[in-house]
Amino acid sequence: MSESHEGVHRHPAPTSFIRKYIFSVDHKVIGIQYIMLALAAVVVGMVMSLLMRLNLSWPGTSWPILETLFPTGAPGGIMTPEFYLSLVTMHGTIMVFFVLTTAPQGGFGNYFLPIQIGAEDMAFPVLNMLSFWVTLVGFIVILLAIVVEGNQSIGAWFAGLGPSFAGGSGTVGPIGGWTGYAPLSALGKIAGPGQGAGMNLWVISIAIFCVGSLLGALNFITTLLNMRTKGMSLMRMPLTCWAWFTTAVLALLSFPVLLGGGILLLLDRTAGTSFFIPGGLYVSGLLSGSHPNFPLHTGGSPILWQHLFWFFGHPEVYIAILPGMGATSHILSTFARKPVFGYRAMVFAIFAIGLLGFFVWGHHMFISGMSPYSSIAFSILTLSIGVPSAVKTFNWLGTLWGSRIRFTTAMLFALGFVSLFVSGGITGLVLGQSSLDLAMHDSYFVTAHFHLVMGVASIFGMFAATYFWFPKMFGRFMSERIGRIHFWLTFIGVYAIFVPFHTMGIRGMPRRFSSFAEYEFLRNVDPLVLLVSIAAIITIAAQLLFYYNVFLSMFKGEKAGDNPWEATTLEWNTSSPPPHDNFAGVLPTVYHGPYEFAVPGAPKDYVMQTDIEAEVPDGNGHNGHKH
Amino acid sequence: MATMVTSTRPPAIKKDAGAGPGFPGPNGNGSKRGGSFRDPESHANRYRIGMWVALASVTMMFTSLSSAYIVRANSANDWVSLPMPRVLIISTILILASSVTLELARRKLRRSLTSAYTQWVVITVMLGVAFLATQLFAWRQLKAWGLYMSSNPHSSFFYLLTGAHAVHLAGGLIGLSFLWLRSRSVTSESAVLTKQASADAVTIYWHFMDALWIYLFLLLFLWR
Repeated sequence: MSESHEGVHRHPAPTSFIRKYIFSVDHKVIGIQYIMLALAAVVVGMVMSLLMRLNLSWPGTSWPILETLFPTGAPGGIMTPEFYLSLVTMHGTIMVFFVLTTAPQGGFGNYFLPIQIGAEDMAFPVLNMLSFWVTLVGFIVILLAIVVEGNQSIGAWFAGLGPSFAGGSGTVGPIGGWTGYAPLSALGKIAGPGQGAGMNLWVISIAIFCVGSLLGALNFITTLLNMRTKGMSLMRMPLTCWAWFTTAVLALLSFPVLLGGGILLLLDRTAGTSFFIPGGLYVSGLLSGSHPNFPLHTGGSPILWQHLFWFFGHPEVYIAILPGMGATSHILSTFARKPVFGYRAMVFAIFAIGLLGFFVWGHHMFISGMSPYSSIAFSILTLSIGVPSAVKTFNWLGTLWGSRIRFTTAMLFALGFVSLFVSGGITGLVLGQSSLDLAMHDSYFVTAHFHLVMGVASIFGMFAATYFWFPKMFGRFMSERIGRIHFWLTFIGVYAIFVPFHTMGIRGMPRRFSSFAEYEFLRNVDPLVLLVSIAAIITIAAQLLFYYNVFLSMFKGEKAGDNPWEATTLEWNTSSPPPHDNFAGVLPTVYHGPYEFAVPGAPKDYVMQTDIEAEVPDGNGHNGHKH
Repeated sequence: MATMVTSTRPPAIKKDAGAGPGFPGPNGNGSKRGGSFRDPESHANRYRIGMWVALASVTMMFTSLSSAYIVRANSANDWVSLPMPRVLIISTILILASSVTLELARRKLRRSLTSAYTQWVVITVMLGVAFLATQLFAWRQLKAWGLYMSSNPHSSFFYLLTGAHAVHLAGGLIGLSFLWLRSRSVTSESAVLTKQASADAVTIYWHFMDALWIYLFLLLFLWR
């Protein structure tokens, strides 16, 4: 909090390379750092999903590179089931935390929220820098889990830290999924491969990540409440800002709960407490209390962990998707050249989704033995989220209705977002009913649902955002030609991967199994499994186009002007890329709503938020500026 | 200066709610300074807003631990209630006193009495340190009774909740030290406002830690 004396120029533009690009307090640099972190993390997560597909479709095949990297985890190049399960865990953890939470919020939110509300930076720039570096430390710790469990000698060195840090079990981390259910996660090394150092580092990484996200959320909320420029009333904010704000509120209120749960879990693992570990456990041939490595535990509640985890876990999926919704609304309106249909309804729908998100965590626990009456309550609340979701979808279609769409790559991805959100969301209505969930839980149907709706849809939102804002961030366009190929390969690819998952789930294929070779009743889905694997390989390969496009366009892309898309919001009112204080010393004054396209009587087909001359009613039904 | 538009349109957020700049909307004929300047008062206000937002997350964390406490107390019959270390009464008195002294400090600052302000801040720091010392003493007492972190669920929660509170209180001490270091008198308007805002923010936090301790004390020893 040491940067705060004068009005606008609170920190002068840095000159040294380190202050400018590494330990920068400029929200734009920090935003790009977050995006780079996500781009690195997503590679790790994607490689893991590729390995899982290889094992599912070609079980028993030897992959020599795996033996070189993980001699214990893949003896002879063939994955052990434990190795596969740790891939599942780490794929989920890295994707959810370090990709879906960092890029949409920390990345694009950091870069564009201050500019879109007309601020020169975040409210607390140093805190902003800190939140990125804390998050990066979290990522390094989770990568350590891979190394410590995967490598014998590093694992042996780590064991010196204490008995619970014994590693080198030949996995790439803990086994137990990104949900880390107790008591498996709470017992320590005794519970099997990956449950020693891997699990410790996993919990520590998540705790560090929580702290980083909390610092970020605090900054976002304060910035939005306190730093809006003159004329930027709440109902004149772009929907992206509403989405980032709501996401920040969700993060602020849900991450502390995970942090609390994580501390309890770590104490169970290292201090011998029994918060989550029930009494009388018999694990790996030992009774609780009969061995120094397995101290006596009594009376803990494994369900308590599930409650704490999912109280965080459900808002987390909205943390992943809401920024994508914001970006999609923004981009649809810009390229449909029409105002967002029902702006106010969109704002309330974002809020409603965020609010309801806090009361539905129980739908992840229908089969945990909870009271059927609680199940009914959670079920009804869950299905009611369909209402604001439908409002949003309806309004997206309303925005597109009768418009002359400009089919840029950004627009294609935004349309893809709507498609995937609907396809993935519709199965939520199936899974949200406790009676149906009893049959569907823990099957590929669930995997299909959440991958489409929170995974791929969010990623499509981010692709759209990247293609849309790249000219602003780097002053150059991304290649539209490569972008289109990238879109179609990815769009068809993800459907080819995740639609068959539904069929597999309905046929009874359980998730998180390393191999289905022994299940006769699943023989008839083998062709689908193969199709999915081939589609996955092609889709992953298509992402190379994206990376190529990003890094090539940064230096060689076609030069972009200040407002290449003829958009209306404040970020298009400054140079590309924006100067250090965003608006070169003079903060803009806002006279119009965020989406004034095709306004009758206006000189152009769009009215920028700062246009003082345009004598038009603003987009929200208020009388605009009058001289 | 205010145009017709200003009066027909309510501000987006009430200013005294401490929740935003509350610009009254389009005001094109207004200040000729354009947008190049921020109102220093609302700008300094970000410390207060930021603190309330931060406290919302602290509240959520202690809510999660409290709910774990209540669930765990009823999940099995291995709960053994701890005897209360008497020293906790002293620590409670200390932290209540520290809230009073910090409030006095803040009021001195309002009247620009810099040296009195500094004195009360320093006294608050000492009371805060004394509180942490008594907490440590309570831990040693439990240890002397043979009650450790893993002895039974109530002792686990005792160490956890008092420890988590102590860590947060230590953060408050860092904030107070920051006020102490920055306590020399300043003249420029924005520096005065910033100083008051940061003093307010630390005070809000400290009072919150005080109330949180009272709550934890009641939860640990009176909740059944």
